[in-house]
Amino acid sequence: MMAYVLALIVWGFGWWLNIRLSHSPRADTRLFSLLIPIIFGLTIVVMWEILVQMLDISAVILPAPSAIAARFAVSTHLLWADFEQTILKGAMTGYVLGAIAAFAVAILADRSPFLTKGILPVGAFMAALPIVGTAPIFVRWLGSDWHSKAAVVGVMVFFPILVNTVAGLKDSTAMQRDLMRTYGAGYWTTLFKLRLPAAMPFVFNGLKIATTLALIGAIVAEFFGSPTVGMGFRISTSVGQLAMDMVWAEIIVAALAGSAFYGLIALMEKRVTFWHPSQR
Amino acid sequence: MAGIVPALVVVAVIIAVWTLAVVPMNAHLTADQAQRDGLVMTPEAPAERQEYSGLVLAFKNPQIIPLTYTQTRPRLPSPHQVTAELYDSVFTKKITSKRSLVYHGWVTLSATLLGFAIGTGLGILLAIGIVYSRTMDKSVMPWAITSQTIPILALAPMIIVMLGAIGIQGLLPKSVISAYLSFFPVVVGMVKGLRSPDAMQLDLLRTYSASPSQGFWKLRLPASVPYLFASLKIGISAALVGAIVGELPTGARAGFGARMLVGDQYGQPMVTWAALFAAAITAAALVAILTLIERQTLRRMGMEAA
Repeated sequence: MMAYVLALIVWGFGWWLNIRLSHSPRADTRLFSLLIPIIFGLTIVVMWEILVQMLDISAVILPAPSAIAARFAVSTHLLWADFEQTILKGAMTGYVLGAIAAFAVAILADRSPFLTKGILPVGAFMAALPIVGTAPIFVRWLGSDWHSKAAVVGVMVFFPILVNTVAGLKDSTAMQRDLMRTYGAGYWTTLFKLRLPAAMPFVFNGLKIATTLALIGAIVAEFFGSPTVGMGFRISTSVGQLAMDMVWAEIIVAALAGSAFYGLIALMEKRVTFWHPSQR
Repeated sequence: MAGIVPALVVVAVIIAVWTLAVVPMNAHLTADQAQRDGLVMTPEAPAERQEYSGLVLAFKNPQIIPLTYTQTRPRLPSPHQVTAELYDSVFTKKITSKRSLVYHGWVTLSATLLGFAIGTGLGILLAIGIVYSRTMDKSVMPWAITSQTIPILALAPMIIVMLGAIGIQGLLPKSVISAYLSFFPVVVGMVKGLRSPDAMQLDLLRTYSASPSQGFWKLRLPASVPYLFASLKIGISAALVGAIVGELPTGARAGFGARMLVGDQYGQPMVTWAALFAAAITAAALVAILTLIERQTLRRMGMEAA
């Protein structure tokens, strides 16, 4: 009973603080719009800690945040090794290869309107399919090390990037293209000076969608066989040993990696498409 | 409909490449098999054959090319083999049989649909809360957006153990993962949709002295419908992926994910391929159904589908 009351008090206090902050005149400043979600997150974590500690919830069901933090601190070398194997080798290699391939195919397809028309619906269709299911096939073909993960990731990120790039290359207006023609610009000049820059907001949209897919692909593919290192491997074996604190530590790594990866692409987007209305 | 011919051509090219790729992919396996059956292979020692690529091997032994298409355990099955296996496991097995893909499909589909319903319902509710409460907008929305950058599927095994520990098994744990995955697209889409009426339209309603609830039912909700459908189409394929992945790490006995795992572990590649294609067809059908509903709804509302 005490636990619920205490948790409710924490919740009430956090929410009251946020109501005050979000209705204050300075609510739209950068500091406040960062502070408010952080307070919300902290409230949840404190409530979680109180409920788990005071209700004696088994660590098998839900470990306390403090236990997860402790586990995180003592096994940083293990987490780093998993991060290296899954994110740096598997996800990143696949992401780069898939993106380059998608980009190349998009530019090839762009040369013919017929191909563009054919690739858009097929690509959009493929992007909606559960491609992650190809993981067992790639693991069989390429072995259980990170190469097979990179292949799964490459195929998964290929279609969203392809669809967005093809759509982006069509984005310049007829007037702009005509202007380029009056300047005497050929296909390649028009492509590099006008159409590729105009396509960049679309391309980055595809790249951003693909960041999450890349991590999912790399982690899930490890459920189908992996060397004794890697985030997917660690998650599935830790679940088997009921070491939930380890699973949560891996999830924190995945969350940090996912956000950092996304942030990196968003930062690049800001640099490349500084001219776009959404960036100003 | 104008795009149907180019799309068919692209599909035909993909199938043609697949069919050609069968030969080099299976050449080594087939050569070993053919030698055991008494045929003479050009490099006779199996170890020597490993030196050659599949393509070269197939050229040196043209008699094995047709055989590569009929392997029972190929590395890459040919399109007709997959079609045959798919037909066999969908139409010729009783749907109660453990080998029927209809049975496994239903297991995955029911988890998908339940999770999709839960996720969509909660997502719409949260979106309404975010639109009407400034505090929720400021504190929850950033987390909703951040959560999209997190590979949520990493949670799948844990959710299943967690719910299993408190006695919930079977359909619901998988649905929770599906719900989680379809939840955020719906939240983000609905928030955008509920905010899509511009200031002029909101002002007009105020001059009509409409109450806030009338403003919601007559303006904001109808305006959000196109956005909702766009998110639902993303949400349902995410929900299906969630249900499939939810079956993987726990050794589920039924469902598409379980079939993929079984095919992988017992060396029956056909089972994996058939499950993969069945899952793809299911996803396509779900999206197609939603597109149909979208078109009907928007037409009734006097809007044109994008």
